[in-house]
Amino acid sequence: MVSTDQLIICEHCDCVYRKTTLAKHQKTLCTRCGGVLQRYNGLTVEQRLALTVTALMLWIFANFYPVMSISLKGLKNSATLWDSVLALSLGPITFIALVAAIAMIIAPVIQLLLLIWVLGHALAGRRSPGFRFCMRWLETLRPWSMLEVCLLGAMVAVIKLAGLLDVLPGIGLFALAILSLMMIRIAGRDIRDLWDLP
Amino acid sequence: MSTPPLASELDLCLCHSCGLACDMTGEPHECERCGAPLHRRKTNALTRTWAYLLTSLVFYIPANLLPVMNTKMVGNGADSTIMSGVLEFWEAGAWDIALIIFIASIAVPGLKFVVLTLLLVTVQRNSAWARKERSKLYRFVEVIGYWSMLDVIVVALVASLVKFQALADIEPRTGILFFGLVVVFTMLAAMSFDPRLIWDTPHPNNEEVMDEIASH
Repeated sequence: MVSTDQLIICEHCDCVYRKTTLAKHQKTLCTRCGGVLQRYNGLTVEQRLALTVTALMLWIFANFYPVMSISLKGLKNSATLWDSVLALSLGPITFIALVAAIAMIIAPVIQLLLLIWVLGHALAGRRSPGFRFCMRWLETLRPWSMLEVCLLGAMVAVIKLAGLLDVLPGIGLFALAILSLMMIRIAGRDIRDLWDLP
Repeated sequence: MSTPPLASELDLCLCHSCGLACDMTGEPHECERCGAPLHRRKTNALTRTWAYLLTSLVFYIPANLLPVMNTKMVGNGADSTIMSGVLEFWEAGAWDIALIIFIASIAVPGLKFVVLTLLLVTVQRNSAWARKERSKLYRFVEVIGYWSMLDVIVVALVASLVKFQALADIEPRTGILFFGLVVVFTMLAAMSFDPRLIWDTPHPNNEEVMDEIASH
């Protein structure tokens, strides 16, 4: 029998296949249920690490600069992502502030820090301490990190307020836009490939 | 076309955390590579999915009936629900934004209820009907699930920005809590469902197939 790391099991219907090497833009589908088995990802460890560090910088911009500012009859106000979490934390609805904080701020930054830790060690050709722990958390956090939704939400908020008063998108919004696209590339399902590193 | 071998036939089990095909001879409890617990099928998938689904269905009612936001302009306060927010955009002529919010906040959770119920019922009846399509439906639900958080984020941002005391003030209301809970619980429901159950019926109902052939 072949070694099991050369096998791939369809997570949607349990069919077993042998892994193949993919070329650019290729993906493999399960013949029975049509689910994606493997997707090509051309990123090397160096590229992944570079993108992750960039993403962390963008995260800092997205969180420390206002996402947008408004003005009404000379009065000005601006809000960062954290301000918006705080706005939810008042009164009996505090729980949802926690969910929002995890989805918009906490999950993404933990993902990025774990990735930097794992990739930084991988670059030096070794497994990072706590590699298993990091990889399992990356997998657990993935569905709860919702930056794309956060970006769309911010854009809807801009349009919603534009009818009432003057709205000015801030640096935070632009950083958020790039960051959310980058997260899809670097923290998606294919981080599982990192298990195959020596 | 012949079906590839199944994990159960080769005594293998997929690790849900790292994706390794684990050899099940000797019944290991943990994945040898990442240490995550191994299950051939997710534990109590159907019961859990039903429980989460029904919980979110209950929360869906206050989420839509209670106001999510209170807008106070020059002293006059007005509560708005999710649907009234959609209508406001619609009437203002911004049908595209109205459509985005309607899809994310009302259609997506509603669709998730319908699809998950359909999947649960067909699996419980050991149905062999449209398996590939049901697999696709499940993947679709997984992908669209979290977009419903949209409204929570919009309310949070708007409420944090519009703070001009007497002139204009927007505050979140309890509806948004229930709405967020609907999203969280439908996500949990989708995660606890095991799509492999769709394919698990041991013997595809040969009689039905024969009947169909006979009727053609």
